Parts: sequence; C-alpha cells; structure tokens
Amino acid sequence: MSQPTTVEPGATGRGDHEGPGRGPEGRAPGRAARFTASRRRPGAPGIGLRLLHVLALPTLIVGVYWAITAQPGASFYTPTPAAIASAFADLWFSERFFVDVLPSLGRLLTGFAIAAVIGVGLGVLLGLDARVRATIEPVLEFLRAIPPPVLVPLMIMLAGIDDSMKIMVIVFGCVWPILLNTVEGVRAVDPVLSDTARCYGISGVTRLRVLVLRSASPQIMAGLRLALALAIILMVISEMFASSSGLGFAIVQFQRTFAIPEMWAGMVLLGVIGFLLSSLFELVEGRVLGWYRGLRAANRGE
Amino acid sequence: MTATLQRPQPGRFAPRRPVLSRSAPNRPLLGSLGIIGLLALWEIAPRLGAVPERYFPPVSEVLTTLAQRATTAPFWEAIGHTLYGWALGLAIALAAAILIGFALGATPRLRAFTTSTVDFLRPIPSVALIPLAVLMYGTDIRSTLLLVVYACFWLIYIQVLYGVADVDPVAEQTARSYGLGRLARIRYVVWPTTLPYLMTGLRLAAAVGLILSITAQLIIGSPGIGAQITNAQQGGAVALVYAWIVATGILGVVINIGVRALERRVLRWHTSVRGEVAV
Repeated sequence: MSQPTTVEPGATGRGDHEGPGRGPEGRAPGRAARFTASRRRPGAPGIGLRLLHVLALPTLIVGVYWAITAQPGASFYTPTPAAIASAFADLWFSERFFVDVLPSLGRLLTGFAIAAVIGVGLGVLLGLDARVRATIEPVLEFLRAIPPPVLVPLMIMLAGIDDSMKIMVIVFGCVWPILLNTVEGVRAVDPVLSDTARCYGISGVTRLRVLVLRSASPQIMAGLRLALALAIILMVISEMFASSSGLGFAIVQFQRTFAIPEMWAGMVLLGVIGFLLSSLFELVEGRVLGWYRGLRAANRGE
Repeated sequence: MTATLQRPQPGRFAPRRPVLSRSAPNRPLLGSLGIIGLLALWEIAPRLGAVPERYFPPVSEVLTTLAQRATTAPFWEAIGHTLYGWALGLAIALAAAILIGFALGATPRLRAFTTSTVDFLRPIPSVALIPLAVLMYGTDIRSTLLLVVYACFWLIYIQVLYGVADVDPVAEQTARSYGLGRLARIRYVVWPTTLPYLMTGLRLAAAVGLILSITAQLIIGSPGIGAQITNAQQGGAVALVYAWIVATGILGVVINIGVRALERRVLRWHTSVRGEVAV
C-alpha cells in the first residue's frame, strides 16, 4: 500500500528532469553517443557536409528574413539584420555593457549560486531523513507550484526595487528544481553501495562527498540546468517589472520609446546570453559527469 | 524501498530502527503535521510581531481575503483568462512539437540540417520576446500565446526527438518484416516508444506554460491573474497579493496533479507505471 505513495513523489521529482527511468538520463548521453557514432562510422559525413548541416538553415532563415525586411513596404517593427547588427554594436560595445549587462549577469549568478547552495544543502538533509521529508514534502509541493513571477510584486513591497528583491525572486524560483532533484538523487543512492560504504566505516563528510553527492550528481546537475534557464527568465522579468537599470529594463525602455533596432539588439543579446550560459553549463556538466557518461556508455557496451 | 526492508543487515541481528522508519513513515500524518506547522507559524509570527504585520498579514487574514474574493465573478474570470492562455498555448505547442518532431525525427537527413538552429533557439529565454509581443499584439491574448508556445514548444519537441530516436531497432525491423506500412509503423512502433518521453515533456511544459501565462499578464498587462496581482500591489492591498499567490499555488498544484494523473492514465500499459501498481 505504501509503495505507490513512496514511488509517486519519486516520479515527481524526476519529472523536473527528463523522465522516471524511462528516458535517457538527460539529453547529453544521447548527444555524446551521436557524436561518437558519427566520428566512428566509416561513411561519416565529411567536414564540408557537416559545415553545410550547421550553416545551411540559419543562412536560409536570415536570408529570407533579410529579403522580406529590406523591401520598401516592410513593417516598421522588423528592421533589417544590418540595422540590428549596427544597433547591437553601438549599444553593447559601449559603457552600457557595464551599466546594464554586467549588473544583470551579477544578479543572475548570485541568485543562482545562493539557490544552488540552499537547494543542494536542504536537499541532502531531506533526502537522508524520511521523516523530515514526509513532514515537509506537502509544503514544498505547494511552494514549488507557485509560479515564481507572481512573487515579483510581493518582493517589491517587501524589499523595494533594489538588487536584493531581484536576487530573492531568482533564488525563490530556482531553488525548487535543485532541491527536488537533489532529494530524489540522494534518496536513490544504490543501497548496495551505501551498505558497502558502511562496512568500510566510511561516514560523515567523507560519506557525503564520495557516496551521497557523487551518486546524486546526475540528478543535481539536471536540476541545476533547469534552474539556470529559470534564473534567466526571472532576471529579465524582475527587471522588466520594476527597475531602473539592467538588461530587461533597457529592452522595455527601447520598446516604449519605439527604438526598434535597439530593442531587437537587446533581444538578440538576451538570446546570446541564454545560449552562452547553457553552453557553458553543458561544458561544466560534461566535466562533472564525465565518469557517469563513461559508466553508462560502458554499460551499454559501446 | 522494499529491497531495503528485505535485505539482511550485515553484522546486525535486529534491523535497526532508522531502516524501518525509512521504509514506512506515516506519510499522511507527518504531511498534515507539516502543513499545520507552517500555517501555525504563519499565523503566530505576525501576531507576535516577529515579522512586520503590515507586510506579512497572518494566514487567517489572507485566507479570509481569498474566500471573499472567491465568491466574486472577477476572481474566476481572471483565473479563466490565465487558464485559457495556458491551455491554448500548451495545445498549440504540443501539436506543433508532435508534428515537427515526428516528421524530422523520421528523416535524419533533414534533422541534421536543423540541429544547429534548434540548439541556438532553444536556450533563448522566451521572455526576450515580450517587447516584440507587445508591439505586434498589444495586450491581446496572442501576446500570451506567443510566449507560452515558444517556451513549451522546445521542451516537448526535444523530448519527442529523443523518443523517436529511442525506437528499438529490433521492433522496427520486426514490424517491417510483418509488412507494416510507414503509417502503421508510426502508430504501433514509434508512437508507443515516444509516448513516455512526450508525457515528460508535457509535464514540464505544463508548469512552465503556467509561469509564462502569468508572466505575460504581469508585465504586458493582458487580463488575468497577473494583472490582478499588479493591481493589488499598486493599491497596497497586501493581504490580497498574498491571497492571489496562494491561489496560484493551488492552481499550480491542481495542474501538477492533473498532468500526473493524465500521465499515469495514458501510460498505464508502460512498465514504469505498471510496476508501481503491481507491488
């Protein structure tokens, strides 16, 4: 009887991830496999074809967009790529980068870091103790279900519109995926490994470091990845809603003053930041989870 | 969990207590205790002056406000607006992701051309589109839809791609040798393989879609819960802001439970769900 109820939240926590044991753990193993496969196959596509794969569609899209917007009757709201590029260079390669972009990034990373520390710390505590977990799980389920943007108005009342408000919003939004994934990861520590560690007298901090955090790390990383995407969204929202500086504020300002190419330049910069941060995260994840990928690949017999 | 129970504890004659309690804590009881504890704390702390009552109204006041509002039509209208944007956006994203995901997943040659574009577009935060949505659609529902669809589409699409790629080659070849046509293979081989992935994507997208639906109302000001919260905040009605936050929390929980129930129903044939029920 108790079994379905104990498994059910398991599915929930990992629901923030990719799928309860059905899907591949995260997307990267699949991708890694694809890459190695294409490298090893005798008839693998040459460098030229691969370049074509990467560049063809983006070129086509930009080309078509350019052709449409360059016509005399084109909409005022869609400037040509050339106009956007020049606005981009003028705007962000100036002191605005230090006034608007860097503080935004600082808040983003601060909030994300705080959320990571709280999420992993609390997650380990909850994951290790079933009683505490059972007590506070319904409360967490509720808090997690609150869409974080609704807290922006509240935080403004509590903390004003300064940095601490934005950081609080980011922390509150990001902490849930990290927390829940950590709980699941810690809970799912292989009991054989756990007993082995106990037999060898491994306990305390060492046990935490070499057993618990290590075996939970794939899940923790999955939670962190989701949280990072959320952090960017929340950073922008908190700045758009009420602020006097920052990237989100700047973009809204451009939109209200109908500085259309500048607005597009801001949107492009946001896209670039999102892309760079997620690439960076993938790099870090690859290093942290290298052992795990290797293990999985070995298990699959590759 | 059961494995922990059955396994003999090396070097111990009696099972240690923590192992037992880890296997079977009284979850409903402890869970209610947790909720009651939170409510009590929320009620007592402002009353004792531990936190400023002006900014943290006690829970009784918040819930009374919520109950009062829940009898008025604008309350349900706002929720209706939010849910409408959420559901429609999610449906569009789902349909598009299934169509494009199956089409591209089935033709690896075409897919190779789209990978770079997808990898670039996917991490773009959907809120970056807010200014564009405002310019093109104003406070219309289409602004909300644009954000919700953009955010949800990638989540589901990526899952569909993995699902389609996960088809068991033996099953595929078996289906071929039994003479199943392309459509029949999609129906009986590819679709069931993809479905668990699809449901995972849907579950993630349902939560994110609600976030963006409310975000659009907060920032763009289209009617719905977000706009109501903005009004309450600007009017200084602190208890009302809390009441709305509680309401969105409840809405989120209901959506989570609904999607999970749907998932269990759709996948009841799947081992991951069957296994749970069988034990």
